[in-house]
Amino acid sequence: MNDNNLSKVITPLPTREGRGGESSLSVVQSTCIPIQIDNCNTDLIIPARYLASTTRDPKFFGDAFMHDLRFDADGQPVADFVMNQPPYSAAPSEGVHQIIVAGQNWGSGSSREHAAWAIAGYGVRVVISSSFADIHRNNLLNCFVLPVIVSEAFQQELFASITQDPQTQVRVDLPAQTVTNMATGHSEHFDINGYKKYCLLNGLDDIDFLLESLQKFTLPPSPAA
Amino acid sequence: MNTLFDKIWDAHVVQNVPDGPTQLYIDRLYCHEVTSPQAFDTLRDKGIGVLRPQQVFAMPDHNTPSDHAAPLAVGAKQMDALKRNCQEFGIRHFDMGTKDNGIIHVVGPEKALSLPGMTIVCGDSHTSTHGAVGAIAMGIGTSEVAQVLASQCILQQKPRTMRINIEGQLGPCVTAKDVALYIMAQMGTGGATGYAVEYAGSAIRDMSMEGRLTLSNLSIEMGSRAGLIAPDETTFAYLRGREYAPKGEAWDRAVEQWRQLRSDEDAVFDCEVTYRAEDIAPRITYGTNPGAGIAIDGCIPTLDGLSDTERLQLDTQLQYMQFQPGQCLLGTPVDYVFLGACTNGRIEDFRAFASVVKGRQKAPGVVAWLVPGSWAVRQQIIDEGIDKILEDAGFELRLPSCSACLAMNADKVPAGKLSISTSNRNFVGRQGPGARTILASPLTVAAAAITGVITDIRTLPPAPPL
Repeated sequence: MNDNNLSKVITPLPTREGRGGESSLSVVQSTCIPIQIDNCNTDLIIPARYLASTTRDPKFFGDAFMHDLRFDADGQPVADFVMNQPPYSAAPSEGVHQIIVAGQNWGSGSSREHAAWAIAGYGVRVVISSSFADIHRNNLLNCFVLPVIVSEAFQQELFASITQDPQTQVRVDLPAQTVTNMATGHSEHFDINGYKKYCLLNGLDDIDFLLESLQKFTLPPSPAA
Repeated sequence: MNTLFDKIWDAHVVQNVPDGPTQLYIDRLYCHEVTSPQAFDTLRDKGIGVLRPQQVFAMPDHNTPSDHAAPLAVGAKQMDALKRNCQEFGIRHFDMGTKDNGIIHVVGPEKALSLPGMTIVCGDSHTSTHGAVGAIAMGIGTSEVAQVLASQCILQQKPRTMRINIEGQLGPCVTAKDVALYIMAQMGTGGATGYAVEYAGSAIRDMSMEGRLTLSNLSIEMGSRAGLIAPDETTFAYLRGREYAPKGEAWDRAVEQWRQLRSDEDAVFDCEVTYRAEDIAPRITYGTNPGAGIAIDGCIPTLDGLSDTERLQLDTQLQYMQFQPGQCLLGTPVDYVFLGACTNGRIEDFRAFASVVKGRQKAPGVVAWLVPGSWAVRQQIIDEGIDKILEDAGFELRLPSCSACLAMNADKVPAGKLSISTSNRNFVGRQGPGARTILASPLTVAAAAITGVITDIRTLPPAPPL
């Protein structure tokens, strides 16, 4: 479906206003943080003790991202963890470390959206992997972080390029649905449904879409219980 | 030619968004204190209410203490927030320490709040548990919790379907937990990602409701958000007469409908696998994901023939667990035992544990946490006299909580200590920073509790009958 058709689907919803700049996502070209851990679960992405927060403070969750791999029991950086090694230790900024290239089955385990808040709070806009756990993938999308599924071969090529040159840039083009290794020029197409693509491009929430759908659709009656 | 999953899904479709997800109607939303506060904030930010509060049930479970101590300060804050949010939005709230409280995934089925044919969601990956009654039950994120609170709907991509058949008869001392650990070891923790699983076959039909809940609970550890079991006489017998089950004529009508909830003979699944029940032994895990498991009398894999990546991964796991490649774990001393969690915190699990420890004594030096999944389970333990058996064997019955499953309350396994646990995850640091976790069934955990070492329950002389 092209964008024109999509807007027909979406535009009858007059009250929808995107969040704009911060949330919307179109093209991200950046150096990457390679996290070569397969089956990296959300307990690793954010340990349970950080779940006690009742707010969504991006800094709090960003600081907790991969905490127990980044820091030892005394709070000292673990030297051999990738995020503590220059240049990867530099915090994400425009064009720098806004993309994570991750091992397969990224985000397995707990449904905690706090893991997606940690990734977004740290400053990451895109996670690239050969596979994602289902719940975490949805959570990323709801936090305006784009999960990009690539072939294992492309994933390995990205790891190789980054290992060889940490300044390797990767370009993720959401409108074109392509991901490009700028070091080799190799490119892959990635899937995303038209609805979610439109939401990301415009910084739109599912909750507004659902609220407005209630004006068009009648839900089943509520049971007595 | 529809699957059970298709039938329930199709009955709940509000709309298929063009080139997008399905808008699915949700019958039941459960909330706990950890993944809901920010969802209620979203409602306040938007100035909207809960659309159908009568279909939402809330209870604290993750932070509740399993002893009579006050909750930790951070946990108390979340529990207060849940209580206040429920008051503000008119949601039923089963407060800490009251008879209705417990772990959501134990309480839901036990009160018949979770019924066949329903769509059920909760901000918790073990929501898959409720699929055992023949429902689509899925874990969701906090943004999605807000969506359901606001609209009683959710946007989801329809998963593919997988049927896992367990055919034959399970051997002595082989439980639903062992079946789940076996499946995970076969297919890995991502093997069912993207699928909704239906469990079928003669071993499932013969399984008790408690066993089925354990199996469905662990679906997420195979990567599947939902694990369904077609409702049958076992399901109906379990649900009948429970607090929120339909009563009288309504019950008869409901059962008649529920009997239709099965995959058609000619239903086609996107994937189908069959395992032999006889191939399944009591299981333990040795690594830091639930799929890293072996038969209790088996050996940890060796590094031979592994690729560099696989070798590194096994090595990393074994280093953390302080085990060796090729090692057999029988006879390994344990420091902590944990019976409980949404996986194995039900009455049958306590009966199983008691059946092993009756007339014996807890091994000296072993710390044991026996934590019922709900206040109703705790009451039944007392009513059946199981608490006396446990007490005589040197064990203490604690108060309902998620407890040592995820170390959000005071029940943390200290760094470096080895725990054998009926919970669902052996992740790095899951039971406390640096804690080492072996997952097993209540029977295998009980055997370790009295011998102090990893023990093949099948080699213990039977205890006197309960």
